[in-house]
Amino acid sequence: MSQPPSITLHVPEGTESDGQEPSPDNERALHTSFHQLILEQSSLIEAGLELELQERDRESPACLATPDACAGAWPEPGQGEEHPSYSSASLQILASMPSRTIGRNLGAIISQYCNRTARLRRRSSRPPLQQLCRAARPSLRQYDLETDPTRATLEDKRRLLVKELLSVSPSQCSHMLLTMPLSLAEKRILRRQLSRQRDPLRQRTHHRAPFSPCGWSKVYVILGCRGLWYRILSLLRTAQPWHYALKQIGGRFGSSVLSYFLFLKMLLMFNFFSFLILLAFVVVLQAVYPPASVSPQPFTGLELLTGGGYFTHSLLYYGYYRNVTLNDPCTSSPKGSMCPLAAPLFPYNLPLAYLFSIGVSFLVTCILLVYSVSRSFRESVRSSMGDLAIKVFCAWDFKVIQRRSVKLQCENICTQLKELLVEHRSRSRSRSCCQCLRHCIVILLAWVLALGCVSGCVLAVHYFSEHMHMVQQEQQAQGSGRWQQEAILLVLPLVVSLLNALMPRLFNLLAMWEKQDSPVTQVYVAIIRNLILKTMVLILLCSQWLSRSVTCSAEECWETCVGQDLYRFMVMDFIFTLLDMLFGELIWRLILEKKLKTKQRPEFDIARNVLELIYGQTLTWLGILFAPLLPAVQMVKLLLLFYIKKTSLMWNCQSPSKPWQASRMSTMFITLLCFPSFLGAAAFLSYTIWSVQPSETCGPFRGLETIYKSGKRWVLVLEKSNPNITWFAWVYQHLLENTWLLFFTSVALIAVIYFNIQVVRGRQRIILLLQEQIAKEGEDKIFLIEKLHCVYKQRDRCS
Amino acid sequence: MAPNVVPMDYTKDPDVKLPMQLIINMPELKENPFKERIVESFSEDGEGSLSFNDFVDMFSVLSEMAPRELKAIYAFKIYDFNTDNFICKADLEKTLNKLTREELTAEEITLVCEKVIEEADMDGDGKLGFADFENMISKAPDFLSTFHIRI
Repeated sequence: MSQPPSITLHVPEGTESDGQEPSPDNERALHTSFHQLILEQSSLIEAGLELELQERDRESPACLATPDACAGAWPEPGQGEEHPSYSSASLQILASMPSRTIGRNLGAIISQYCNRTARLRRRSSRPPLQQLCRAARPSLRQYDLETDPTRATLEDKRRLLVKELLSVSPSQCSHMLLTMPLSLAEKRILRRQLSRQRDPLRQRTHHRAPFSPCGWSKVYVILGCRGLWYRILSLLRTAQPWHYALKQIGGRFGSSVLSYFLFLKMLLMFNFFSFLILLAFVVVLQAVYPPASVSPQPFTGLELLTGGGYFTHSLLYYGYYRNVTLNDPCTSSPKGSMCPLAAPLFPYNLPLAYLFSIGVSFLVTCILLVYSVSRSFRESVRSSMGDLAIKVFCAWDFKVIQRRSVKLQCENICTQLKELLVEHRSRSRSRSCCQCLRHCIVILLAWVLALGCVSGCVLAVHYFSEHMHMVQQEQQAQGSGRWQQEAILLVLPLVVSLLNALMPRLFNLLAMWEKQDSPVTQVYVAIIRNLILKTMVLILLCSQWLSRSVTCSAEECWETCVGQDLYRFMVMDFIFTLLDMLFGELIWRLILEKKLKTKQRPEFDIARNVLELIYGQTLTWLGILFAPLLPAVQMVKLLLLFYIKKTSLMWNCQSPSKPWQASRMSTMFITLLCFPSFLGAAAFLSYTIWSVQPSETCGPFRGLETIYKSGKRWVLVLEKSNPNITWFAWVYQHLLENTWLLFFTSVALIAVIYFNIQVVRGRQRIILLLQEQIAKEGEDKIFLIEKLHCVYKQRDRCS
Repeated sequence: MAPNVVPMDYTKDPDVKLPMQLIINMPELKENPFKERIVESFSEDGEGSLSFNDFVDMFSVLSEMAPRELKAIYAFKIYDFNTDNFICKADLEKTLNKLTREELTAEEITLVCEKVIEEADMDGDGKLGFADFENMISKAPDFLSTFHIRI
C-alpha cells in the first residue's frame, strides 16, 4: 500500500485567538495546489459561513460549499442538521475538500487533468493498484509533489496542462480534451495554445531549409486538405440517411422501438457491401459478355412474384453465368477441356471470380458482424447488482419529447420501480415448496406444448411440400397453363409464411398463460420458441433443396431452381409482413377505437419484428450462391419495409408499456443474427461448395465434381504456369488442406480463451479488494473529520 | 429562439445570454422533467441563463459523440439538486418525484431512496459522491443511449 504524503496540520497558537479564520497562507500544510482554491473560496466562505450558521438557507447556487451538508456524513439520522459546535476554521477546511469542488472550480479541473496527462505519459506498463483513479475528483494521494510549482495561477496551470498534452500522442490528446468537463470557451483556448505550440514544431521537422516558398505552400496545402476533410466528415454526419425519421421515432416511442429501425439500417449496410462486391466482380462482367443462349421469355408481371419466366435466364440466377475465362482465346473450345496457355490480354476467370466474390462477401459480413457483436456485448454485459439505482438514474430516456410519450414514460418508470420493489420484497420471501412445484409443472407443460407445436409444423411442411411436388408433376404431365404451374409453386412459400406469422402469436398466448416471474424472461422465452420454429423449418427446407428429393428434382439446372425457390420465399415473407401490418396494426386499431371504444392502441412487438428481419436476412444469405443478385432484392425489400413500417407505426401504434432493456436486447438480436443465422448460412454454403455436385448443363461450375474443385484446379494450373510460385501451391496443399492446422488453431484458440477467463477472474478479485479499500477509506475520512473538529474545538476552548 | 436578442454575427464575441424561460421552451426540452436542472448545470452563473458557448456545450454533452465520462460528470451535476456535490437523500427524493410525477407513495419513495443509497454508496457516508455515481453508471448499459438528445 502506498504511503500518503505526510501532511502535518499546522495549528498555529495565539494568532487566531480573536476567532477570525486563519489566513490561507498559513495553510501551507494543505497541498499548495489548492492554494488558489482556498484563495477563491475563503472570500466566498467568509460571506457564506455566517449565513450558514444562522439560517439554513442556501445563499446562491454559485456558493461552493455547504458546510452543513457534511452533517450527513455522520451516522446520525436526519439531513442537514446543524452542528454549531463546528468552528468556522474547520468548516473552511471541509469546504475546500476535493470532493466538494469537483466540476466547479476551473483551476482544480485543469490541475487534475494536468496530472492525469502526466501520469499517462509516464505510464509504461500497467499502473500499480495504488495509482488507479477513475474519479474526476482531485485526490491528495495521487498528487505529484515535485512537478507542481508553488502558487500556480490559472494561466500557469493552463500552460502546464498544454505542455503535458503536447507530450502525449495526438489521439490521446484529443481524447483528453474531449473528456474534460470544461466549457467550450476554455477548450478553445487550450486548443489554440496547443496548435500554436505544435505548428512551429511541425514546420521544423518537415522543412530543414528555413522558410522556402515551397515549404510554405506545402504547409498550406496540408492545412487546406485537413480543413476539407473535416468539412466532409461533418457533412457525412448530417447526411446520414433517415436522420430525421429516426429522431421522430425515437422522440415518440423511445429507444426500444428505435432499436428495431437501427437494426434494419444495419442489415441494409451488410447487404449493400455484399451486393457491391458481387456487382463489381461478377455481375457486371457477365452482363458485358452475355452468353449466346436461350432467348428470354416475354416479361409479364408475375415474374416479380415467382421469380421465374423472364428472370430464369437472367443475371439473377446461377444458371446464367458461364464457366469461361473471359478474353481468353480458348473461349470457343469445348467446355471442360484444358486450354493451351497462350498469353491473353486480360484473362478473367469467371468461375473463380464467382467463388471468390461469394467467399469475400461472406468474410466481410463475418468481420462486420463479429465487430458489431463485440461492440454491443461490451456495452451490455454488466452485473445485475444495483438495478434499482440504475433504474432511477438511467431509465429516463432524454430523447422522448412528445407530451403523451413523456407521460407514458413516467407511468412506465413508476410501474417498473414498483415492480422492482415488489421483487425485492419477494426475494427475501422464499416461495413455498408446493408453489415451486406447481410453477415448474406449468413451465414444463408450456415447453412441451411449444416444442410439440414446432415439430407439428415441421412435419406439416414436410408432407405438404411432398404433396405439392406431386401436384406439380401431375400438372406438368397434364400440360396445364404457365400461370397455373407458377401458382402452384407459390403455395409452399405461402404456407411457410403463414405458419411463421401465426405461431409467434400462439407462443405469446402461451407465455401469458405461463406467467413467468419477470416480464423480461417472458420476452426471452417467446423469442427462443419463435427462433426454434424458424430454424427447424429452414433446416428442413435446406435439406430438401440439397438432396433434391422433392423440389427441383426434375430440373436440369437445379441451382437456378433453388434460387427461384428462395426468391419466392423472400417475396412471400415480404407480402405477409405487409398483411400482418395491415391486420395486426391498422385494422386492430380501428376495431379497438370504433367497436370497443378504448383509447388503447396496438403495440409494436419489437421481438417478433426483429426475428422476421433475421429470418429474411438468413434467406438472403442462404441464397447468395444460387442467385447473386439476391442482396439487391433484399435491399429493395428493406427500404420499402422501413418506410411502410414507419408510417404504420406513426398512425397506429402506441409506445411500449413493458420494460425493455434496449441495449441488452440489441446485443441479443445481433448475436442471434451472427450465430444461428449467419453461421447456419455459412455452414450451408460450405457444404454446398464442398460436397454437392453442380449441374452439368448450366452455371459457372458445370462439369466439375464439386465447386471446390475449381479452386483446386486453379492452384494446379498456377503451379504449372509459373514455377516461381510453387510455394503457394505447397502452402495450399500442405497447410490449408491439412487437418493438423485446424487442430492446432483450435488448441491455440482454446488456450487464449482460458487465459482471458483467468484474467477476468483476477480482475473480479481486484474489484472486490478495491471496494473494500473504498469502504475503509470512507471510514478513515469520517475519523479524520471528527479528529479535525476535536482539534479545532480544543484550540477554540484553549484560546 | 430569440431573433431580436441574439445577433447573427458572432465574430466579435458579443456577450449575449438567453434567459432560462426561453431555453426550456425548446421542443427538445419542453417536456423533460429535468429541464430546469439541465439548463442550470450548464449556465456559468448557475441561474439558468446561457450564453451561446454554454448552449453549444449543453447540446454537445447531450449528443451521441460525447464520451461516457463527460456525460457522467454532467448527469451527476443535473441530479444534484442542492449543488453540494453529493446526491443526498433529498436530491433522490426530488429526482423520484420528477420521474414518476409523484405517483409513488411517501413510503415507497423512502424505500427506494434507501435501497439506492445502499446499492450505490461505497464509502459509507450515506450519500452518493461522484465516484459512487460514476461507478454505478459504468454498470448501466443504457446510460449512453438514454442520456442523449437528438437535435
